[in-house]
Amino acid sequence: MPTITIDDKKVEFENGMTVMQACELAGAEIPRFCYHEKLSIAGNCRMCLVEMEKGPPKPVASCAMPAGDGMVIKTDSEMVKKARKGVMEFLLINHPLDCPICDQGGECDLQDQALHYGFDKSRYEENKRAVKNKHMGPLVSTIMTRCIHCTRCVRFSTEVAGVDDLGLLGRGENAEITTYLEKTIDSELSGNVIDLCPVGALTSKPYSFKSRPWELTKTETFDVFDGVGSSIRVDTRGKQVLRVLPRINEDTNEEWISDKTRFAIDGLSRQRLDKVYIKEGDKLKASDWNSALNKIKDEINKRGKDKTISLSGKFTDAETIIASKLFSQGLGSDLFDCRFDNAQIIHGENESYKFNSSIQEVEKADAILLVGSNPRWEASVLNARIRKAFIDNNCKVGLIGPSLDLNYSYDKISESLDELNNILDKKSKFSEVLFNAKNPLIIVGTSAINTNEGSSVLKICAEIAKKLPNFSESLNPLNILNQDISRVGSLELGFVNKIFDEDLEKKLKEEIALNKPVVFLLGLDEIHPRSLEGSFVVYCGHHGDVNAQHANIILPTPAYTEKSSTFMNIEGRTIQTSRCHNPLGDAKEEWKIFRVLSDLLNCNIEFNNLNDVRKKLINENNNFLAILEINNSSTLSFSSKEQIKNQNLSYNINNFYMNDSISRSSETMANCTNEILNKAKAS
Amino acid sequence: MKHPGMINKVYNVSDEIFNWSQDNFKRAADIIKKYPDSRQQSAVIPLLDLAQRQNSGWLSKTAIEKVAETLSMSYIRVLEVATFYSMFNLEPVGENFVQICRTTPCWLRGSDKLVEVAKEVSNTKLGEISDDKKFTIVEVECLGACCNAPMVQINDDYYEDLDEVSFKKLLTNLKQSKETIKGSQIGRQTSHPQREKNA
Amino acid sequence: MLREEDKIFKNLYGFDDWSLTGAKNRGIWSNTKEIIDKGSDFIVEEIKNSQLRGRGGAGFPAGLKWSFMPKDSGKPHYLVVNADESEPGTCKDREIMRNDPHLLLEGCLIAGFAMHANACYIYIRGEYYTEASNLQKAIDEAYENNLIGKNACGTNWNYDIYLHRGAGAYICGEETALLESLEGKKGQPRLKPPFPAGAGLYGCPTTVTNVETIAVAPTIIRRGAAWFSSLGRENNTGSKIFSISGHVNNPCNVEEEMGIGLKELIEKHAGGVIGGWDNLLAVIPGGASVPLLPKSICDTVKMDFDSLKEVQSGLGTAAVIVMNKSTDIVDAICRLSHFYKHESCGQCTPCREGTGWMFRMMEKMVKGSVQVNDIDKLLDVTKQIEGHTICALGDAAAWPIQGLMRHFRPEVERRIKEYQLGEVA
Repeated sequence: MPTITIDDKKVEFENGMTVMQACELAGAEIPRFCYHEKLSIAGNCRMCLVEMEKGPPKPVASCAMPAGDGMVIKTDSEMVKKARKGVMEFLLINHPLDCPICDQGGECDLQDQALHYGFDKSRYEENKRAVKNKHMGPLVSTIMTRCIHCTRCVRFSTEVAGVDDLGLLGRGENAEITTYLEKTIDSELSGNVIDLCPVGALTSKPYSFKSRPWELTKTETFDVFDGVGSSIRVDTRGKQVLRVLPRINEDTNEEWISDKTRFAIDGLSRQRLDKVYIKEGDKLKASDWNSALNKIKDEINKRGKDKTISLSGKFTDAETIIASKLFSQGLGSDLFDCRFDNAQIIHGENESYKFNSSIQEVEKADAILLVGSNPRWEASVLNARIRKAFIDNNCKVGLIGPSLDLNYSYDKISESLDELNNILDKKSKFSEVLFNAKNPLIIVGTSAINTNEGSSVLKICAEIAKKLPNFSESLNPLNILNQDISRVGSLELGFVNKIFDEDLEKKLKEEIALNKPVVFLLGLDEIHPRSLEGSFVVYCGHHGDVNAQHANIILPTPAYTEKSSTFMNIEGRTIQTSRCHNPLGDAKEEWKIFRVLSDLLNCNIEFNNLNDVRKKLINENNNFLAILEINNSSTLSFSSKEQIKNQNLSYNINNFYMNDSISRSSETMANCTNEILNKAKAS
Repeated sequence: MKHPGMINKVYNVSDEIFNWSQDNFKRAADIIKKYPDSRQQSAVIPLLDLAQRQNSGWLSKTAIEKVAETLSMSYIRVLEVATFYSMFNLEPVGENFVQICRTTPCWLRGSDKLVEVAKEVSNTKLGEISDDKKFTIVEVECLGACCNAPMVQINDDYYEDLDEVSFKKLLTNLKQSKETIKGSQIGRQTSHPQREKNA
Repeated sequence: MLREEDKIFKNLYGFDDWSLTGAKNRGIWSNTKEIIDKGSDFIVEEIKNSQLRGRGGAGFPAGLKWSFMPKDSGKPHYLVVNADESEPGTCKDREIMRNDPHLLLEGCLIAGFAMHANACYIYIRGEYYTEASNLQKAIDEAYENNLIGKNACGTNWNYDIYLHRGAGAYICGEETALLESLEGKKGQPRLKPPFPAGAGLYGCPTTVTNVETIAVAPTIIRRGAAWFSSLGRENNTGSKIFSISGHVNNPCNVEEEMGIGLKELIEKHAGGVIGGWDNLLAVIPGGASVPLLPKSICDTVKMDFDSLKEVQSGLGTAAVIVMNKSTDIVDAICRLSHFYKHESCGQCTPCREGTGWMFRMMEKMVKGSVQVNDIDKLLDVTKQIEGHTICALGDAAAWPIQGLMRHFRPEVERRIKEYQLGEVA
């Protein structure tokens, strides 16, 4: 391996590394503003200058200079110190020193680095520049006088988000960042520019003047708004979630999060179910736990224990699922399911509902077949990887389904699923692309498998996948893209019943007509209230959304920031969230509810605390044992050549911003819907 | 130094629409052919220039957008280019766009007197359109004709070896839409040392 | 003094016909095929031997630069001619393009062939309308007469020349900014490495060369490296166009031998300093970005790369800006500071922020409305810019101020004191 000397310390480095990366290997910290690992190199801030012996008689930008064998670099010489001090001074002369009223204060790169490298007083006696603020939409607030022109935001939007909306206009000292005619940034990843901005030029609009970073309690946890399970940090003050930031996780979200993950949090304090409610007449009246649980006991006894139905929702964690399942089984019922969207699976085959290749594999792809999926809305950060593959590998994307607004070019193959037959038979125009690629992937959305032909679609996709050149024991190119964080874990725990396979709501109506049972809705708002008519509905959840209003009893439960939960993301990766603050109102975890009900109904559930519940989880499926890991073995034994009938599909998500009970309660998401989606529709 | 070529803002005229004239559409296609396949973005400066010529010397919002669409570029990338280069005017200009070089070689030979003359004849402030729409006067940096200083550029043409008298005459002629002599105003052959042609 | 028969630019002033007929009469395009048949190695070697140094300002050995082009890269190669003449004081390439465009075009073919290029873009500054128009007509003539295009000059070498007009940005004279601009972007200089010879226009091997450098190449090949290097002196060979502007009686462009005395140059060709040599205050000898020289140095200094470097200035583009004693020397440099502020691309911090700061301090220096120690602050700021930017514009903005303070600090201090006295009074 080549070696480089950094401040008299010899280190080995890998070819292709920059001097800055080599310096980091040697433990020499290099200050920077414009450089960002995930973006192209701009080299414009000049903060990372280092001295290169035997090089030019001036310092070099370490972020852009390739490390070379035998190079001798100095990061703390007089030349370097002088250069840094100079750059720092230039950055500050036109920067307003408004830190006391700046939201970036306390976590500002410029502030921190000025402390280390700057002068102690200003020599600048001229007037400071003032730059007009720009409108960028409901999420990003701008104070452009603070901008230091690092262009991270421009590079992010162009390269990662794939929307050519931001630019640097003009030149020289008049250069300014803006969107074209100050339009809203049309990207579901736009909030990431706030994190990328090293100063307070781009800040969070909803978080404006809310808090100072040192007043916040910071909890590392995971996101639940899509199936990716992005790593996040939740900042709270008391019982208020004030902001969500991404954490770096190369397996899943790299270091991005979607705008829903970041900004739907104001929904956490609106429309909340914070009390127990019991319906009297047609009005829900506040009540207490004892009365409610006893009422439930009576209703179950009256309506038939073994007829009890339990259905889970978008945010249902594995603890709730296992508790609910054990409780149901204790009652003698196996009428439980999680597939409110009718997405089909092949029973006993976990490859029929997982994102098998792993998310990381997406960026290696050189061909991707999208079957009934809009990844931009269903898993925004995963979509950023598809775009990366498109840019880095010239990845060809083919789509079966109606046209989409994707941020990479794609070939619309067909609107109808029967095209899968042609692809398999190598009669489709995309067959050649797919079968000749080195790293092809298939991504099947739930919109393609939510009809009674769903299992056939899965089987033929598996058949195609098996014939792909990269299919192997350790790599399965067939990926099912579930939209919800709860789904894979629920399926892994067997929270399904075959009688619901074909049409859950239809079967539910039949069951209710027959038995008028008690139905537990575990935060489920995605089925129509009419389907529940005649049953006794117990709604366990945190938001007064669609179905809570039609419930007979409401039991308040904590939202995702208020409890520690286990989920499996789309890949089958087990993640455990942390409790960031205490639950609002009288909310209690679901497993506790089922524990008490079990006692009341003599179901014999054997757990007394969270640890016990988690042991049950692992008992049921030891995949829950391996936190943050995935199991990549593949067989695709369910593959077969099926004849798919000509069938047009439609996407089952029509508003990215408001797609669940939390985001539907969020004012910020409502603003996004108006300013971004409705405007786009209008134009 | 107010200059319609040095602003970052798109000038808004309601209801204006820019479409390529038939000739310019063909010219644009010919220009794009100069660059390799899929490198049509290279034609952005020539096309903005073409659009500006068609649009009376400035680039409107729809002109910028038309160029973007012609080259399959995003609007913001074209606007970046239009605001970066000083020759693209983002506001309307007078019939005669008079650019007076102010850089040292011209200044040494009296360019600031030319500015005064121009203000007087046009009766307007720098960077603004005169009431009779005949002039927009601006000061610019070096136009690269230093051996013929002081000089000005009016629309496409250079007028060189000026002094207050000849410049006043020149602008007066333009004001009255009379013919002008381009190049050296003292009859010199390009940048030959001899000041007068037949001396 | 350069002998008439040693002049390369025989129609520098445009007395003669600039079109193909006139060009052929001057010997251009006469035996181009013969030259090309000698092969690319021969051409590059001959240019190396001539010791021709780039005429665009930096003075990098031309043959060496051409030899950086890979032999077989598997990609298209490009010659890009830098005709973005914008350095204040400089107006030489303009004369070549409007008065002798075929001289440049023949050079493009020969140099391009030597670099294994089949295509050439000439990037001309947008304001040069007449020059672009003449050059385009010359290109059309050359195509019509099969001098360029398919099988150019019957050499079996295909060669296209395209004219590309800029739109007003000094920075596009920097080679990588020029390439960015040619690719349809803002003219912001690129980081190096990679260098253009490895990855230039469209990521392909590219050499960017000044108009004059290319235009002299055919004559050097025709008359031989030995002839060219017999003019001037070691490492500073040949002839060169000097642009003489400012306070002289007859401002002009003139082709002269490298190493001619500055005084001789001004007196012989430009009719002398207005008011006589003793009325000379200072000269900027190589375009706006090189430090000025006071009269004491001008008395004896020779006009070539190395001689001017010895006196802490530079030959640059050989644009001689003459200032006599009527000049407000501080304002003269202040105007240049304004120029650099106006032309900074805004990409990197020291230049974007520093050029404005320097200009505003210079404005005060003109009036004297500062403290004496502000001069040191200003110089310190120039040092904070110099060497810390992606391209040389930062350096170019710093040097004129450094030159001013090196030679005229007492004048600046005098103004400050005068201003302070005025305030007291």
